[in-house]
Amino acid sequence: MSNPAEPASAADREAERELAQGRVVLDAAGIQRATTRIAHEILERQPDVSDLVIVAIVRGGEPVAKLVAAQLEQLSERKIPQGALDITLYRDDVVARGVRPMPRPTRMPCSVDGKRVVLVDDVMFTGRTIRAAMDAVLDFGRPAAIQVATLVDRGHRELPIKVDFVGKNIPTARAERVVLRKRADGELEVAIV
Amino acid sequence: MRHLLGIEHMSRDEIERVLETSEAMLEISQREIKRVPTLRGRTVINVFLESSTRTRVSFEIAAKRLSADAINVTRAGSSLSKAETLADMARNLAAMSADVLVVRDSVAGVPHMLAERVRVPVVNAGDGCHEHPTQALLDAFTLRQSLGSLEGRVVAIVGDISHSRVARSDIYCFTKLGAEVRVAAPPTMMPAGIEALGVKPCFSMKEALSGADVVVMLRIQQERVAGSLFPSVREYASTFGLNARTLALAKPDAIVLHPGPINRGVEIASDVADAEPSRILDQVTNGVAVRMAVLYLLTGGAA
Repeated sequence: MSNPAEPASAADREAERELAQGRVVLDAAGIQRATTRIAHEILERQPDVSDLVIVAIVRGGEPVAKLVAAQLEQLSERKIPQGALDITLYRDDVVARGVRPMPRPTRMPCSVDGKRVVLVDDVMFTGRTIRAAMDAVLDFGRPAAIQVATLVDRGHRELPIKVDFVGKNIPTARAERVVLRKRADGELEVAIV
Repeated sequence: MRHLLGIEHMSRDEIERVLETSEAMLEISQREIKRVPTLRGRTVINVFLESSTRTRVSFEIAAKRLSADAINVTRAGSSLSKAETLADMARNLAAMSADVLVVRDSVAGVPHMLAERVRVPVVNAGDGCHEHPTQALLDAFTLRQSLGSLEGRVVAIVGDISHSRVARSDIYCFTKLGAEVRVAAPPTMMPAGIEALGVKPCFSMKEALSGADVVVMLRIQQERVAGSLFPSVREYASTFGLNARTLALAKPDAIVLHPGPINRGVEIASDVADAEPSRILDQVTNGVAVRMAVLYLLTGGAA
C-alpha cells in the first residue's frame, strides 16, 4: 500500500503478502474512508433521506452497503431501509448460456415505488451486474430514481452504465481480478489478484 | 444434472443443491410481480398421461415464473389415441425444440425410456408405482423449513407403501439426508424386503409414530384397493388413519405432511389436516419453488 509512514518491516510483510495473495489496493482504513465519503455524497446529492433505500448486490455489495448505511444512519439520525438483491436469475449469461450459479434469496425491505434506490456493489467492472440489478429492482416497483454506488471502479465498461458514487478508481488490466475479501483478522481489504 | 428421473441415483450433494436453489426460488413467488427472466425463450412441455391437478399446474407455474413457455399435453386429445408410440411422440416434441420434457405416466420407467431416446432433459413427474422425485424434494424442503436439517430426525411414512411412488422417493431422499425412516402399513400394503432400503417396517401406528418428528400420510387409492387390500375404509381409518389420538403418539411438535389429494376421514382426519402441525399447503407452495429449481438446474446442461 501507499502509506509512506509505514515502517520497513510492515512494508516487508506487505510485500510478502502481495506475492502470496496479490496486491492490496485498499485496506480497512481506506475502505472506511471511501464508504464514509460515499455516504456524504449520497446526502449531498439529496439531503432528504425519507425516500432512500440502500440495496446491496449479493454478495460482494453486502459488506460495503452495511458500512455506507451505518454512516448514513449516523449522519442523518434516521433509520434507512436496507435490502439485498441477488441478480443471478437476471444475468445475461445465465439467460443465454448454460452456466448455473447458485441463486440466493433476495430481500427487499419495502416497496420501491417512488423511492430513491441506491444500488451498492463492491467492484464495478463491465456494468452487466448493474444492468441485471436494474431489471431486478424494476420487478419490485417503479422507483423515483436508481443510483449506483461502488467501492471500486476498475473500468472496462461493456454497457452504457454510469456510476453515481465511487469509493476509489483503480485502473486495471482486463484479465486481472479485483476482489473484496475478509482477512483472517476480520478486516476487509480490496486486492488485485 | 442431465435428467431428473428419480431420487435413487441422486447424491446427497445433488439433492442439497436443488434444495438450496429452491430457497431463492421461493422468494420469487412472494413478490407482486412473480417472474424472473431466467428461462426466457425456453420451452417446457408437460406430458401428463395420467391425471393430475397439483403437479401439472405446479410445473406449469414453475416454468412460467422463470419466463419459459409451458405447453401441456394430456392423453385425451393427443395422437397417442391414434396409436402413435410414446417414444415417437416424444421425438416429435423434441423436434419442435423443446428444452425440457416433464413426464407423468401410470407405467413405471416411462420417463427413463424417453430419456434414452430424446436429446432433451426429462423430468419424472411420477411414473406408476416407481418414483415421484419432485414430491420428495419438496417434502424435504418443507421439513427443512421447520426442522433446519433432517439429520437424525425420525420420519414415519404411513399408507400404501407397496403402491406409492411418493413413499419410494421419500425413503431415498430422507435416508440420504440422514433421517431415520419408518414405514407403516397393513401387511397387505407392505412390500417384502423393504428393509433393504434402510427403513424399519412397522405394523401399527403406535410402533411407527412413537417419538416421530414427522408423519407423512399417503393417499389411500380407494378406487383401486378398497376391499382387496383391507376390509373396509372404516377399518383402515381406525387402524392406520391419522387423527388427534394417533398424532398424540408422535413428538408433541411433530409435523404432518401429505402429498395430496387428501381423503378426509380416511387416511387423515379433517381436524389434523387443517390444524397447526399440518404443512400440507406449505408443501404445495414449496412445490412450485422446488420445480423452478429443477427446471433452472436442468436447463444448464450436464454440469
